[in-house]
Amino acid sequence: MAKIIIPTPLRKFTENNANIEANGGTVLESVQQLAAQYPDIKKHLFDEDGEIRNFVRLYVGDDDIEDLDSVNTAVEAGTVISIVPAIAGGIA
Amino acid sequence: MKALKFHPEVLEAITLHAEENFPYESCGFLLGRDGNDFRTFSDYLLVDNSKEGDQRKRFEISPKDYMQAEREAALRGLDLLGIYHSHPDHPAIPSRHDHKQAMPFFSYVILSIREGRLSKYTSWQLDDNGAFIREPILNDQSYQVATASI
Repeated sequence: MAKIIIPTPLRKFTENNANIEANGGTVLESVQQLAAQYPDIKKHLFDEDGEIRNFVRLYVGDDDIEDLDSVNTAVEAGTVISIVPAIAGGIA
Repeated sequence: MKALKFHPEVLEAITLHAEENFPYESCGFLLGRDGNDFRTFSDYLLVDNSKEGDQRKRFEISPKDYMQAEREAALRGLDLLGIYHSHPDHPAIPSRHDHKQAMPFFSYVILSIREGRLSKYTSWQLDDNGAFIREPILNDQSYQVATASI
């Protein structure tokens, strides 16, 4: 059972819940569960191929999952997964 | 779109941040309350532009700074409402790159800094169709004129 922390801009899709519990065995399964529970959030997390969008980062605790086992990172009881939007832009 | 209200010290601080960093882009977070009629920015968080490369044309906020901003908003009992960044010697209009990475709900405040001084500021939010819509800013006398010029 993991706790997924929803970033403020996506809480409109989770009935304003900031945290969601998920039962997946991996980060990917947990986030897929979230998307199944709140379908409107799906397009903001996954691309058309079902991969995590480029502009979304996932953290387990303070660690970027790309420094762990990516979306296959195992989830244990008490794991905290943070969805972090990539914030960037500029004039060109 | 709801009208925006800036507490004067917020506008002053983010303007100073943007002017001091000229000709590089500066960035940070806006916190406050998302009311029924108005969205009010009462607090701000200045952060470092973490973009590797030419910071005169690009900005980036690190994931750690983003997570810290979420925690800080919760601690203060406020909402994380938006992002500000500067456009050195460019108009206060979102670029294609700004639009591509925008999230729903957030206000994207852009400060145009020309020759080191604030020239104009605007704010934008995605609508349900993913288009950037300009948000009205109360007490900003330039709003009507600026709208017409875009």
